[in-house]
Amino acid sequence: MPSSHDWINKPLGVVEAMFAQSNSNPEWEAKVLEYFKGQLKEKESHSWVPSLNDVPLHYLKPNSLVKFRCLVQDMFDPEFYMGVYETVDPSTKANVLRCGKYKDVTECGVDLNSRNTVTAERQTFYCVPIPGESPWAKESYGCSSQARVVPSTSYVPSRQKRSYEEDDDMDTQPQKQREPHTEPHGNGDSKRQETEAPSSQTTAPSDCSSHLDLNFPLPGERGPACLVKVYEGLDSFKLNDTLEIYGILSVNPVLTVLGEEKDPSLLLLNPTESMETPEEQRAHDPPASLVPRLHMLYARPLQHNNPLLPSAPTEDQSAFVSSFLVEMASVRAELLAYLTHVLLGDGLAAEYLLLHLISNVYTRRDVLPLGKFTLNLSGCPLNSYTERLYQIVQQLVPCSYRLSMSLHTMNSMRLVPKKDYVANRLVSGALQLARNTSLFLDETQLEQGQLDSSGVRNITALGNLISWQKVDYDFSYHQMEFPCNINVLVTSEGRSLLPSDCQVPLQPQVTPPNMEEYLTTIHMAQFTSQINKFRVYLSLARTLDYSISDEVTKAVEDDFVDMRKDDPQSVTAEDLHRMLVVARLLSLSLGQTTLSRDGWMRAKHIDMLRRSRTEQQKSLNGNEP
Amino acid sequence: HRHDKTFSPSGDGERILPSEVDMSSPLMYGTPSSRVEGTPRSGVGGTPARQRPDLGSIRKAPQVDLHSEPPSADGAVASEQALGQKLVIWGTDVNVGTCKEKFQRFLQRFIDPASNEDENAGLDLNEPLYMQKLEEISVVGEPVLNVNCSHVQSFDADLYRQLISYPQEVIPTFDMAVNELFFERFPDSILEHQIQVRPYNALKTRNMRSLNPEDIDQMITISGMVIRTSQLIPEMQEAFFQCQVCAFFTRVEVDRGRIAEPAVCRNCNTIHSLALIHNRSAFSDKQMIKVQESPDDMPAGQTPHTTIVYAHNDLVDKVQPGDRINITGIYRAVPMRENPRQSNVKSVYKTHIDVIHFRKTDEKRLHGLDEDSDQKLFTEERVQILKELASKPDVYDRLSSALAPSIYEHEDIKKGILLQLFGGTRKDFSQTGRGNFRAEVNILLCGDPGTSKSQLLQYVFNLVPRGQYTSGKGSSAVGLTAYVMKDPETKQLVLQTGALVLSDNGICCIDEFDKMSDSTRSVLHEVMEQQTLSIAKAGIICQLNARTSVLAAANPVESQWNPKKTTIENIQLPHTLLSRFDLIFLMLDPQDEAYDRRLAHHLVALYYQSEEQIEEEFLDMAVLKDYIAYARTYINPRLNEEASQALIEAYVDMRKIGSGRGMVSAYPRQLESLIRLAEAHAKVRFSDKVETIDVEEAKRLHREALKQSATDPRTGFVDISILTTGMSATARKRKEEVARALKKMIQSKGKTPAMKYQQLFDDLRGQSEAAITKDMFEEALRALADEDYLTVTGKTVRLL
Repeated sequence: MPSSHDWINKPLGVVEAMFAQSNSNPEWEAKVLEYFKGQLKEKESHSWVPSLNDVPLHYLKPNSLVKFRCLVQDMFDPEFYMGVYETVDPSTKANVLRCGKYKDVTECGVDLNSRNTVTAERQTFYCVPIPGESPWAKESYGCSSQARVVPSTSYVPSRQKRSYEEDDDMDTQPQKQREPHTEPHGNGDSKRQETEAPSSQTTAPSDCSSHLDLNFPLPGERGPACLVKVYEGLDSFKLNDTLEIYGILSVNPVLTVLGEEKDPSLLLLNPTESMETPEEQRAHDPPASLVPRLHMLYARPLQHNNPLLPSAPTEDQSAFVSSFLVEMASVRAELLAYLTHVLLGDGLAAEYLLLHLISNVYTRRDVLPLGKFTLNLSGCPLNSYTERLYQIVQQLVPCSYRLSMSLHTMNSMRLVPKKDYVANRLVSGALQLARNTSLFLDETQLEQGQLDSSGVRNITALGNLISWQKVDYDFSYHQMEFPCNINVLVTSEGRSLLPSDCQVPLQPQVTPPNMEEYLTTIHMAQFTSQINKFRVYLSLARTLDYSISDEVTKAVEDDFVDMRKDDPQSVTAEDLHRMLVVARLLSLSLGQTTLSRDGWMRAKHIDMLRRSRTEQQKSLNGNEP
Repeated sequence: HRHDKTFSPSGDGERILPSEVDMSSPLMYGTPSSRVEGTPRSGVGGTPARQRPDLGSIRKAPQVDLHSEPPSADGAVASEQALGQKLVIWGTDVNVGTCKEKFQRFLQRFIDPASNEDENAGLDLNEPLYMQKLEEISVVGEPVLNVNCSHVQSFDADLYRQLISYPQEVIPTFDMAVNELFFERFPDSILEHQIQVRPYNALKTRNMRSLNPEDIDQMITISGMVIRTSQLIPEMQEAFFQCQVCAFFTRVEVDRGRIAEPAVCRNCNTIHSLALIHNRSAFSDKQMIKVQESPDDMPAGQTPHTTIVYAHNDLVDKVQPGDRINITGIYRAVPMRENPRQSNVKSVYKTHIDVIHFRKTDEKRLHGLDEDSDQKLFTEERVQILKELASKPDVYDRLSSALAPSIYEHEDIKKGILLQLFGGTRKDFSQTGRGNFRAEVNILLCGDPGTSKSQLLQYVFNLVPRGQYTSGKGSSAVGLTAYVMKDPETKQLVLQTGALVLSDNGICCIDEFDKMSDSTRSVLHEVMEQQTLSIAKAGIICQLNARTSVLAAANPVESQWNPKKTTIENIQLPHTLLSRFDLIFLMLDPQDEAYDRRLAHHLVALYYQSEEQIEEEFLDMAVLKDYIAYARTYINPRLNEEASQALIEAYVDMRKIGSGRGMVSAYPRQLESLIRLAEAHAKVRFSDKVETIDVEEAKRLHREALKQSATDPRTGFVDISILTTGMSATARKRKEEVARALKKMIQSKGKTPAMKYQQLFDDLRGQSEAAITKDMFEEALRALADEDYLTVTGKTVRLL
């Protein structure tokens, strides 16, 4: 790797040089962006840029170019700053024009009354690492990075889930000792996360900043949060977007000092500054050592968060897709076999689980989200089976979260983000998730008891999420609707109290005496390469296009009419909706981008099997929903 | 120091002599320093001036002689002004004399005959508007003159430009002009302080999102919602220093938040002897208010912006959190102050708005006026598009099919909802003691689960600006109406409004209406007919407006709709509530082949058609939204002669249908529904008159809905009493017959004081030709008990 990349190490130098050449022609700004975009386009060049996600902050050089894979958690108010200003040299009295863009602080001796000052606008986004990112995804991202970080004698960019204390002793300890934690299938790691989760909310984010709530959507999350200063294209960003941001890192200690150092006598006379409540100050100007500032030069929206897939929709990707398409059917068969084992030999449930995992809201017709496929897996064995099942799902998808629906969590946990007007920020909730995150709702944990009003609200929010794929954020005086795209899987004993697109009662074919051991064995039997194939498969199937030919449309219509002729009660419009989704997912899972007659018949067939199961169950326990 | 010295009473633009400039200058006007020598006198009234902290700290800007030193103002302005006065305030092109003269001319001459602002109620619109307002000030004694900027603009565009660009300089000039004029007219009136001009409605009205660095120091009007207000902050305007040695005192003005403490006493020359005396310093009230963008102006997927606003003096505590307001003020950006100990500073400015004028946008709600009027402005082109659409003969069908295109068919239901979205014409009979007539149309959808009722509700909720969506399962009476909350900060009791009040002037969508508890439902009785909501809680007693249309969906009690039962029996809702719905539709699975085929086609298309194809087929949701908003705001149709005749006939016909069979098939409530529907249909056509075609459609739709919901399953006839009394006329007749038969039977048994319940039932069944159910038997017993003929105790029936 070339070591002298000025555009990575000293990007501000590049910016300033361009500014100096411009003679205050405003076009220089576009040129800067063009330049960095061009540099990043070059093959592999983006992997030379160190990532905030896997390099601890104190290893990064201030004012260097870094990248950050994140979710836009909150958008602060726009701010005005000195885009161009003039400084006066105290000794020579000469005026110098300076550029204030991509910086937090000015040079000394600013002439506030200068006519050449240009006020410009920028906005700050509060960004957090993508919530629920699976350990394997983090690790895989970390490995692909080629960035060398400066003092790096003992440092290898590896794990992210690490507190700052650990970092300190890592310098003295050999790296090897740490390895067990990062073993590929991370059972240990995920277990660790499990144990951390309940400590949630209050003591939440990371050890080093217990006094500062970093506002992560999910409890037990780690990683840096970042204040990203955005200069261009403000309207193109939306809340909850997942981005890979390239920008200039700013950790100037002045930022912190300015916030804390307050002369009380000045406050008395100028209440303007005391207007900000301490809470607000903490939220908007946290110490830069904990929440670094990032001045955005370039942002790439992440279509998916799977490190095993080529990231951008380039020729690269289409080549990759077409090569993988060939394999698709065989990978599907292997994955299905794997899932069948996991679901205790129930092939039908495995089939549905597979369809669920590749479902995706691909469009919306007025209020109706199309393509969602919420699965309710009922009849799950108790005693930690669901927990293990989640761990397996987690191994397959890049982002996931298990919400244990115990009475206590439902009553106490904040699911819906809420605006805190005192601190003037959006307090995150567990439903503030990136697109295509797998949300695993464990209803087997729910016991009888009283739901209080916040519990009812939480259940309603989950219901809305499932039915409409939206979350109504609480702005206290009104609610604001944010559409989302989250795969919800509900595991329950009986039929779930939440709505779902389809319910599959689990019919175990085997009853292993030791569930734990059984699942671990299955899991261990898979090679990493195999698992990686599954991962690619699931992410890829979701991105394929899909269409229905006129001929098949006709066939489907005929079929529907026929079915209704015999017994109008047997098939309703809702059933047709679901079967169309099943047919779509089934075709995509096989790598077929159009619906064939066969595909339709298969979809109908498995849906029929599933329905006979639910009816059987209904008559069995006579428990009408 | 008497200001009047400078101005000739005629106000004819007498040339200002340079030596007097500083006295007449707005920069001197009302500044604390002018008070040093005692209270300044102005005009004939001797009224003290009052500071205007809303205009910011007074800049020490000199006036500039254009001839000697041309400032940045462009040549055109300079040459124009060179004719008369050539002095402008530094950094602007404002000449105090001209500006003042222009404004006085505006006040004396501006007439707006077409004005419909409620501020102008009771004024003679053909007389100069603002002179009447001045008269009002002399009577009421409130020294504030609100000036609508659009008036200034239509009168003198250049003056308006100056006002917007240099408010800090121009508004004091306006103040001066007003006071001169006022005290000349009303020399004897006594005011608390001099009149202050408060411009509002700067045409540059924008939402918060579009504020940018160019607006700094300009006058702007933005709209938003108050989210937080601070405590009152005393802000020092003028510091009072007293010498500890000789008691000599001096006043120092606060300049941009700083006080220059005098180091030496001017009287005794002692160094550092001056001390600040707090309670003789001058303070003004100030309050910080946080305003958030209103949800309607926001692009989807982003969070709302907030802005800090400072209110001064009497504007403090004028607004509460939750108020929607229009703010006119000056946009400020203050650099973060340089800290002498720090070599470099943060390069960020703090921005805020110094408020000059507040206007609550929902305040008028209290007066019962239509509030949408100034909410939404339509551009010329937009109006043109809408009118073009309205002129199409099939606009009604087009709009109804554009409604929730993803839901298949149910044309009449969509039409009904469309009419609900438009609503009737609001009529006010309160002067004759009848109160308001409901203009809102209420609709109930009932039917099988899974017939996309919820989807329809969701769609409507997303379409209308003040929609509320609530589910009968989760909502309590409190959540629907209002509740009292204690603010944790101020310990103040605050009334929080629920879904019904929030959807005032909108639509309240209630899903799972049948799952609602009785107490919650009872709240709806008042709302759905009187359109108000009475609250008596925690010592707060009030009546809130809830002029909301209700769109409710109910599922049958049994999981499937039973076609053998009446609507009431199927959904088990009290008929008193049902009769308040104008239209009740059944959404049933029609179960016929052709329908199935079309449905299948529609659904499959939903899943494979591309976005563009869909777009082509249907109207844009935004156009529909605008269309509805426009019609609701500007179209107020009235019945014409023929239409009234047609309505009367329709009503008479409806009553006739039933009377032949001894049933009543229409009540005045149905007539009112018809009128509302006809009006709404006229609105759809953008017509100011309700014509016969509107009545025809209203009739048709009403009949359609009745056919669905009020058909007696036993006879197959439409019977409105199913909805109004909860029982069909035939059912009632039969009940009476059974009771009569029972009584006859008992009488025929002779004198037996007590009988066995079961035996009586069996006897009756044996005797009667028609099948008699246990329910019917019990009903008959109850009827007889009501007649005091017998009583039922347990399993025995006793005669009385």
